[in-house]
Amino acid sequence: MEPHEFPHIEQQLAPVFERHGCEANQLLKILREVQEIFHFIPPAAITCVASHLGVPRTQVEGVAGFYFFLSLKSVGEYRLLFSNNVTDQMQGNPELMQYFCHKLWLESGKVSEDNLLSVDSTSCTGMCDQGPAALINGWPLTNLDRDRLDMIAALIHDKKPVCDWPSMLFEVKDNIRRAGTLLGEPFEPGAAIRATLDRGSAATLMEMEASGLRGRGGAGFSVARKWSLCRASPGDHHYIVCNADEGEPGTFKDRVLLNSYADLVCEGMTVGARIIGATQGFLYLRGEYRYLLKKLEEVLARRRVAGLLGKNILGETGFDFDIEIHLGAGSYICGEESALIESLEGKRGRPRNRPPFPVTHGYLDQPTVVDNVETLACAARIAIQGGEWFAAIGTTQSTGSKILSIAGDCARPGIYEYPFGIALHEILDDCGAEDPYAVQVSGPSGILVPSKEFGRRISFEDLPTAGAFTVFKRGRDILQIVQNFARFFAHESCGFCTPCRVGTQLQKKIVDKITHGHGTVYDLEELKHVGHIMQSMSHCGLGHTAANPVLDMLEKFPDAYEHKLKNFAFEPVFDLDGALETARKITGRDDAWAHLS
Amino acid sequence: MGALVMSKAITIDGKSVSFIDGQTIMDAALAAGVYIPHLCHNPEFEPHGNCKLCIVSVNGRNMTACTMPAAEDMVVASDTPELDSDRQALVQMLFVEGNHICPACEASGNCQLQAAAYYLKMLSPHFMHFYPPREVDASHPDIFLDLNRCILCELCVRASREVDGKNVFGISGRGIGTHLVVNAASGRLGDTNFAVTDKAAQVCPTGAILIKRQGYKIPIGQRTFDHKKISEVQMEPAKRTEPEHE
Amino acid sequence: MNEKRKIRVATCSLAGCFGCHMSLLDIDEKLFDLLGVIEFDRTPFTDIKHCGPCDIGIVEGGVSNAENVHVLKEFRENCKVLVAIGACAITGGVPALRNNIDLWDCFQEVYLYEGGLEGNQIPNDPELPLPFDKVYPIYEVVKVDYFLPGCPPSADTIWKFLTDLIEGREPKLDYEMLHYD
Repeated sequence: MEPHEFPHIEQQLAPVFERHGCEANQLLKILREVQEIFHFIPPAAITCVASHLGVPRTQVEGVAGFYFFLSLKSVGEYRLLFSNNVTDQMQGNPELMQYFCHKLWLESGKVSEDNLLSVDSTSCTGMCDQGPAALINGWPLTNLDRDRLDMIAALIHDKKPVCDWPSMLFEVKDNIRRAGTLLGEPFEPGAAIRATLDRGSAATLMEMEASGLRGRGGAGFSVARKWSLCRASPGDHHYIVCNADEGEPGTFKDRVLLNSYADLVCEGMTVGARIIGATQGFLYLRGEYRYLLKKLEEVLARRRVAGLLGKNILGETGFDFDIEIHLGAGSYICGEESALIESLEGKRGRPRNRPPFPVTHGYLDQPTVVDNVETLACAARIAIQGGEWFAAIGTTQSTGSKILSIAGDCARPGIYEYPFGIALHEILDDCGAEDPYAVQVSGPSGILVPSKEFGRRISFEDLPTAGAFTVFKRGRDILQIVQNFARFFAHESCGFCTPCRVGTQLQKKIVDKITHGHGTVYDLEELKHVGHIMQSMSHCGLGHTAANPVLDMLEKFPDAYEHKLKNFAFEPVFDLDGALETARKITGRDDAWAHLS
Repeated sequence: MGALVMSKAITIDGKSVSFIDGQTIMDAALAAGVYIPHLCHNPEFEPHGNCKLCIVSVNGRNMTACTMPAAEDMVVASDTPELDSDRQALVQMLFVEGNHICPACEASGNCQLQAAAYYLKMLSPHFMHFYPPREVDASHPDIFLDLNRCILCELCVRASREVDGKNVFGISGRGIGTHLVVNAASGRLGDTNFAVTDKAAQVCPTGAILIKRQGYKIPIGQRTFDHKKISEVQMEPAKRTEPEHE
Repeated sequence: MNEKRKIRVATCSLAGCFGCHMSLLDIDEKLFDLLGVIEFDRTPFTDIKHCGPCDIGIVEGGVSNAENVHVLKEFRENCKVLVAIGACAITGGVPALRNNIDLWDCFQEVYLYEGGLEGNQIPNDPELPLPFDKVYPIYEVVKVDYFLPGCPPSADTIWKFLTDLIEGREPKLDYEMLHYD
């Protein structure tokens, strides 16, 4: 079959429309399936989907062009995406990717001539404690090495379906190294709902208030306040959304919570639903975690059977609530709550203008609460054990515990739960960090902490974090790390606002220039200038934080870049000699005048 | 009670500006004749808020004037050297991101990107140029679409959707790859139902959407912004700067 | 008061059309006033081949080939103040319209397909400046102190700019003098 001819597209897509219906907000789900069928979204499919959904073609093309796991050009039957998080990079993923490409005569980013496979890199897949990692057609591969890649090459050569590949390739471990009150104590499904029903919604909300629980996604907004605002907002429907779009590079705690504590998370959602008056909840699962989908669906099914979801939950007349899982499709920005809601509605993941805020105008313009996975798990515990119990853990402003995803240069990477207020040096001791030099707290958008500040504490008042904790030992090239982060932001900017769309590119180009040894003091000033524009003029948190790693490096790690700088005040923006290469090839010249130094 | 509709006010650069509920800072400013630089905003359409030129400082916090509802006690600073310097940087970013070769553009002199740059006293684009490869689409009998000059303001998208009811334009891609698309499987404007009489043909702030056979009808030097600042032109609501077509 | 040393000025046109130089000549009779306080080093008017130490260097045109870089660097090294004049020096300008065209296509069109040339081959003479893959503004190659936009800037604009600069004022352009076309 010619890849661009689709005479039977209507018949091919009919079952997809059957499954998802023809509502416009099903667009992303439908396009995910189109991608699976054709290995890209052909123009004919765009036309077909647009006419079935009754939306303009431009809208379908807009969504198809936004998400990284959807593509408008063929990516082949097999698409192997190497995770390019900084930990994967340290574990050798760039070399592995090169090895694989070389072995199969492939060029990264391009599909093979027989349309069989393509190789590319992708943002952190959340397997930092068991990398190097990759995704094959969306399924996670862990602990990659050359032997495994040889095996994968053979499987692809034999055109073996991914579902028949050896399971050892896909093994994902929890690696829980330290469990506290959230992870360590037993939990009986239904207990939090029962406690909420016994106590009443208003009283349970008071417990949330007393607990001091703040959002675990990083921003730290009071959960009781968010729920109260939503509860008080008028609307035809109220919605609660679990934000499981764990995209911050270096974070993987939500993967473990969803894998082994899904009941606790669902229970938190159900408690929240009872309090805000929602009958429908959504779990927005990042595309990288699609392998958890089946297991999570089973949890939901089991809970429905047990009377913990569905109609008249636990026999309470009129307490109806159910959860639907939505899969993302490769977009970091969808972790931002309003972009996530847009994505839930099947649109491009672009952060909304605020106000209005989701608590009054969220999903389908109705009052909506969006909470992090870990926050909801905490809420379930609080519903059972009370606010006072929770508030006794941690610090005054940061109550409870925090789950950290620890990876990088340490002997025991994995999941660690600590009461808030824990100092970095204690954590570093626990995880077996060897000669630690710096820690990236809360991922690229967080803070790069030098060793002299290892006395600082994980808390909203000192070092707030969404959970990423990446350790760098002495000798690691901080500039290279920052380059990785700058590339990440440039790749993930949604492109909506000028400062972030252009600023993340400029930042990437200037950091690249310094990394290549062509930077000067002028370029450092330019980085500060671009960083200032992004921080002060951007539309959302991505742009506001995209300069953090660069500015942290400039301020705290002068050794990382000073030796790389030229002594001159100014160096050309581009590689002069390199820009002559094309003409040299065309003319066949190699004389002195055909070169510039 | 309801008689005192205009009793609410905000302060912009020390001047008291009244507003009614539902108005944005930009709405209130425009109504009061206070100019806040902007490119993606046009009061005829739903606010969009992506160019970020209209960012103002509200009680010390930066906010987007065209989307932020006015609220009492807002003390707004807009005409400050700091904000104008940041706005100039945004305009410079827009210049290097696309291919804006003013001497070769029929919109020169009528272009709002250029006019905003004049207003903000931009002497050079400052940043490194991206020189992206972009398409020129001349397939439509009456209209050129030159994506080299598109600044993604989405005014054509909004005009086609809200006024023309056609959805000729949309946005695809993401990040720096974000780009305008048209409503045709071929990707060609000539294969859409776009018409020269559409509102969307009149609203492009740059020369990305140009009506054919209009070249040099008005000589360089006699165009909208050649002698008048954008701040003056945009404060004349009756005379909007729309190119005339036959 | 001693007679002041004349301010030494060099000018050149890289990938430009000499339009900015023509506009400079359009200052007309005021050129005589100007020549009272300045003297020219390398310019298209003097036929001096290389730029010596100067107070002001004025560069028209963008950077399109290797030779442009040699000239530009010579200007930067010798001129205390470097001025980018005109759209091409500042943005690449009209020559930068070729930036969207593959260089190989350009060469083929000019040397292989275009009629009137004998032999139809791509020249490889070292004396010919080798073109870059793109045309760049001069500020991406050297540090530039002042920008004077316009295509070209008008004679009045150039006069205003130069008199400000020569008399030690920060050059300031009125609204109608700031143009990109």
